[in-house]
Amino acid sequence: MIALLLRDLRLSVRAGGGFGLGLAFFLIVVVLVPFGVGPDRVILTPIAPGILWVAALLAALLSLDRIFALDFEDGSLPLLATAPIPLEGVALSKAVSHWITTGLPLTCVAPLLGFFLNMAPGAYVWLLASLALGAPALSMIGTFGAALTVGLRRGGLLLSLLVLPLYIPTLMFGAEAVRRGADGSGVTAPLMLVGVITLGCFALLPFATAAALRINLR
Amino acid sequence: MSMWEYANPKRFMEWTAPVVPWAFGLSGVLVVGGLFWGFFLTPDADKFGSTVKIIYLHVPAALMAINAWFMMLVASVVWVIRRHHVSALAARAAAPVGMVMTVIALVTGAIWGMPTWGTYWVWDPRLTSFMILFLFYLGYMALWEAIDDPDTAADLTAVLCIVGSIFAILSRYAVRFWNQGLHQGTSVPVVTGGRTIADIYFIPLVICMFGFGILFIALVLLRTRTEIRARRMRALTARAARA
Repeated sequence: MIALLLRDLRLSVRAGGGFGLGLAFFLIVVVLVPFGVGPDRVILTPIAPGILWVAALLAALLSLDRIFALDFEDGSLPLLATAPIPLEGVALSKAVSHWITTGLPLTCVAPLLGFFLNMAPGAYVWLLASLALGAPALSMIGTFGAALTVGLRRGGLLLSLLVLPLYIPTLMFGAEAVRRGADGSGVTAPLMLVGVITLGCFALLPFATAAALRINLR
Repeated sequence: MSMWEYANPKRFMEWTAPVVPWAFGLSGVLVVGGLFWGFFLTPDADKFGSTVKIIYLHVPAALMAINAWFMMLVASVVWVIRRHHVSALAARAAAPVGMVMTVIALVTGAIWGMPTWGTYWVWDPRLTSFMILFLFYLGYMALWEAIDDPDTAADLTAVLCIVGSIFAILSRYAVRFWNQGLHQGTSVPVVTGGRTIADIYFIPLVICMFGFGILFIALVLLRTRTEIRARRMRALTARAARA
């Protein structure tokens, strides 16, 4: 699993891996928002947590179809399926590598972009915390969606349609945690619920992902 | 003789052929009768005026929207475990019906919302849950359409339905956490027994609920029969092409 993880990480950071694309997309979406709603701080400050979460979610969505598609095209996915490690382990490792290449950088730059949206000072640390807790869930759910659509020729758009409704609970709790952090009320409950979703996803979804992969490889 | 015998496509076609027209007839009588009773023979309610009458469409549609998804979940689980093709096809057949029910519930709710709440749409927990349910139906149907091989499509949509159900339930409670709502509580709590709706409105409502339920069954049976016939057609054309 470690070897597979390192392989995926190497593939994604080298040429053609599209490592920075998600980050650039995140930046662009956040910069577009003030053009859309106007530069007024009174408007931007309260909506900043939600915008950052939605933008991070969309940026994570961008790179999902690459999780299995390349391996499927060059035939390494059937090899992985017959490898000694269980397919559930492959799914888990894929999700972790997607999180390291997409979720983790997004989490790191999100406070910086919060700056552009005049986010409330108290919210920064909770934005970091909620994304750190929630982004792994986004990767795991996305890996499941990617496994469902791996055999399709134009799976990209369908993938978004399948995955975005599954993202709703994570988004709600994550953005709620930041909003509560911004106005100083208790953030424990939403943060813990984000953590619950992440843990639950990592406990159960590798099995569903592996099942979907097996069906697609049949 | 077990219930699984009816899952044989041939047997299924045999026993549904006489059932479908009766189911349509019965549901027609119940829906038309219930709606007529509800629209013309009940008085206006105190707080709602005549707008209360949309309840006879709104509540049964909402009820069937949720139950359709539940039926799809059961059918998907049956397909995954027992691999009865009729089950997978029934799940596929139920999805568009459920989606239309969701749309009816959303639209009638919006029409009802304007005179009573002063707005067509609020991000109330129930409304939001239904919007999310609608999105799940869309994704489910899109996945069915996208995959060519019928067995692969049945398997993948079944997996999606099972995972999606967990997330749909999660969303339902997440939404409650996220926003408190305007929507009134349930008028017919099955668990606690007591109900907040007077008999004069309740009886036509129950008739409409049963009517919608039987209508749903009739539509799903009809659509499943169509799917079975379409699959037979495909098998025959494939055989003819080979010969």
